[in-house]
Amino acid sequence: MPRVLVLFAHPRLERSRTNRALLKALPVSDRITLRDLYELYPDMQVDVNAEQDLLTAHDVVVLHHPFYWYSVPPLLKQYIDLVYAFGWAYGPGGTALRGKVQFHVVTTGGGPEAYTADGFHGHTLSEFLLPLKRTATLCGMRWAPPFAAQGTHRVGDAELERIAHRYGRMLHGWADGTLTLDRMAGTTDQHHLLTTPT
Amino acid sequence: MASFLADAVVYLGAAVLCVPVAKRLGLGSVLGYLLAGVLIGPFLLGFIGEEGKDIMHFAEFGVVMMLFLVGLELEPALFWRMRRQVLGLGGAQVAITAGLLGAVAMAIGLPWQAGLAVGLALAMSSTAIALQSLKEKGLSHTAAGRCSFAVLLFQDIAVIPILALLPLLAAAAPVAAGGSWIEGLPGWQRTVVVLLAVGAIVGLGRTVVVPLLRVVARTRLRELFVASALLLVVGIALLMETVGLSPALGTFLAGVVLANSEYKHELESDLDPFKGLLLGLFFMAVGASINFPLIAERPALIVGATLLVMVAKAAVLLTIGRRAGLGTDQNLLFGAGLGQVGEFAFVLLAFIAQLGLLDGTWTDGLMAVTALSMTLTPVVMLFNDRVLLPRVGTTEAPGREADAVEERNRVIIAGFGHFGSTVGRLLRASGVQATLLDNDSDQVDLLRKLGFKVYYGDATRHDLLEAAGAHEAELLVCAIAPEAAPALVDTVHRHFPHLKVLVRSRNRMDAYELMDQGVLHIYRESLDTALRLGADVLRELGVRGHTAHRAALRFRTYDEDALKELAARRGDTQDYITGVRAAIAEQEELLRKDIGLDLDDHDHAWDSQELREGIAAAQRNTRTTG
Repeated sequence: MPRVLVLFAHPRLERSRTNRALLKALPVSDRITLRDLYELYPDMQVDVNAEQDLLTAHDVVVLHHPFYWYSVPPLLKQYIDLVYAFGWAYGPGGTALRGKVQFHVVTTGGGPEAYTADGFHGHTLSEFLLPLKRTATLCGMRWAPPFAAQGTHRVGDAELERIAHRYGRMLHGWADGTLTLDRMAGTTDQHHLLTTPT
Repeated sequence: MASFLADAVVYLGAAVLCVPVAKRLGLGSVLGYLLAGVLIGPFLLGFIGEEGKDIMHFAEFGVVMMLFLVGLELEPALFWRMRRQVLGLGGAQVAITAGLLGAVAMAIGLPWQAGLAVGLALAMSSTAIALQSLKEKGLSHTAAGRCSFAVLLFQDIAVIPILALLPLLAAAAPVAAGGSWIEGLPGWQRTVVVLLAVGAIVGLGRTVVVPLLRVVARTRLRELFVASALLLVVGIALLMETVGLSPALGTFLAGVVLANSEYKHELESDLDPFKGLLLGLFFMAVGASINFPLIAERPALIVGATLLVMVAKAAVLLTIGRRAGLGTDQNLLFGAGLGQVGEFAFVLLAFIAQLGLLDGTWTDGLMAVTALSMTLTPVVMLFNDRVLLPRVGTTEAPGREADAVEERNRVIIAGFGHFGSTVGRLLRASGVQATLLDNDSDQVDLLRKLGFKVYYGDATRHDLLEAAGAHEAELLVCAIAPEAAPALVDTVHRHFPHLKVLVRSRNRMDAYELMDQGVLHIYRESLDTALRLGADVLRELGVRGHTAHRAALRFRTYDEDALKELAARRGDTQDYITGVRAAIAEQEELLRKDIGLDLDDHDHAWDSQELREGIAAAQRNTRTTG
């Protein structure tokens, strides 16, 4: 059975209603490990060995983060810079991450309609995540189409509850093997975590 | 009144003239005061004191005040923690020295009682001189410093039983005629009186003085508190004099009693401004009371006796120090520092004369010996520092292997204690070799064994800095005792202006002094640690780790800015507010300023409440206008 590692990075979780709700819905399971990076490394000193050991022990790597300036928050970038190391994750002998799934769960202020070719931002979420996709590919990881909770500036409480519930079910799916890359095949950007509020 | 003012002008003038000169010459303030005393004394310029009477009056009050403060600093808890060192080292020093010098006195014809009394008096060392020189050199925390402190502590306490013992000796000796009313009593009764007086002070201190201070403290009038502290000291001095006992002993005891009370620190900080001045006065009085005619009459005898006493004391100290495991350097420091006869000897000799154990010529001569030995101490220390230690002790410069390439380090670390060593370890772990300077010889020997390049000595001396390569170095880390840091900065600014100095300071007050000197890189040792602890408290209370971390970092920036701001405005007040009160006033101002502080400012994250509200408001506007 696959094991899921959730790398959660939010510098101000206490201010983020959406992410608090998502985290609350995280299933309690011995096959799902949560790493609250900003709580673990408040001064950005990532324990590289410990994190590499954890990555080795898991099959699905969920990068759960808000979408800051079309990218990841600084600590998550720092994490990737340090932990996805030469000779370990890539380069000669760098095979530790090979075959694992990298899966982004992002929260955005703008709604799904803004992340289209004709929308406000002019590109899809996957297009913005291209550098991260390349990073995963370079390390031999398999890229899963990202999930997004969007329109967080406008979403109501009941809607948020529904989204959080779906997030929890999805992680369950990864952990018990019912959600696989094959099943996700055909979907591109999966914005269905949240529908546009009416 | 006019004559009092004239006296004051003479004393203060001599001090202001001589002390800076002595310090400039590297002789230390103690010798400066002593020389000032000699200069204005009746036997040289004769500015003051008809035949020394006035001076001894002054001197006695200096001793009285100083012993009160010595007593106040004598914490029973500290004594208990150091009991083995205090009793072992101190007991051995007093017993062996008193026995040795007593035997010498008996050999030249004194009865055994007088011999023992003289031995005990001469066994005392000078707490004021020894501790002050150790502190000025920043050596208080070395092994020699701790041993010196232990021995001095024992001597301070031993004075009490010795003062009780002297009347018993007098009773056994042929009695001379005297003045005070206890003179008429048989010996055992005198001992009883001494013990009763001691008991009365201890008893009254607990039951009367402390409650009285509590009442005074409640009035919240600071000057009233100072007044009661002074009243206490002068009152006890008067009482003891009336009973015919030493006023110094009385106030010392009162100090010990109050050291236990909750007012210890208040008394200390209130009397602190008096302390330095009174010590200076005391040293000047000692200098002025040197009986030069007596010395002139029999110079060989007095000088010979002084040298004999000092050599004997030093020999005893060196033997004890060796047994206690002190290295050569530390032991020499220990022996040279405590080799003089101390201020308690004046007290004991006066009492001996009063009891008629010895006649006046003897005690006058011994007082001259005492004063002379105190005067010689800084010279002996200087000789030890400059001549003896460089030859026999830890060498100043590290030994050089024959074929080693002389490599110049870019960084010099002055002071390799807890703070400096942490800096040094970080640098070494990062591949940076630093040249080290330290004044603790044991530490230096150890570091050299571990392969560090260490120079030994006083880092404020420019020749040592030069030897350590200050001309070629780029950075100097100053982690020496905070008292000595300004002197080091001064030396660097004068001789090595190219060196960038990074200075550790203890607190805000130290930082101001360094800022006045133009130091740009000042690190308050209390700041970062306190903020780290504070951030952890926030985390324990449930604040997110990164948020607490950032709050601490933001607070540090804010506090550094506040420091600069306060430093700029500080010039107006520093002249008339003492250090302690300035610190309190400033704390208050900082606390007020903090009220308006928002560490969360500009730290919204993207999906904060504010952002949501802002967008909602914007949408409402669109709807109404559209």
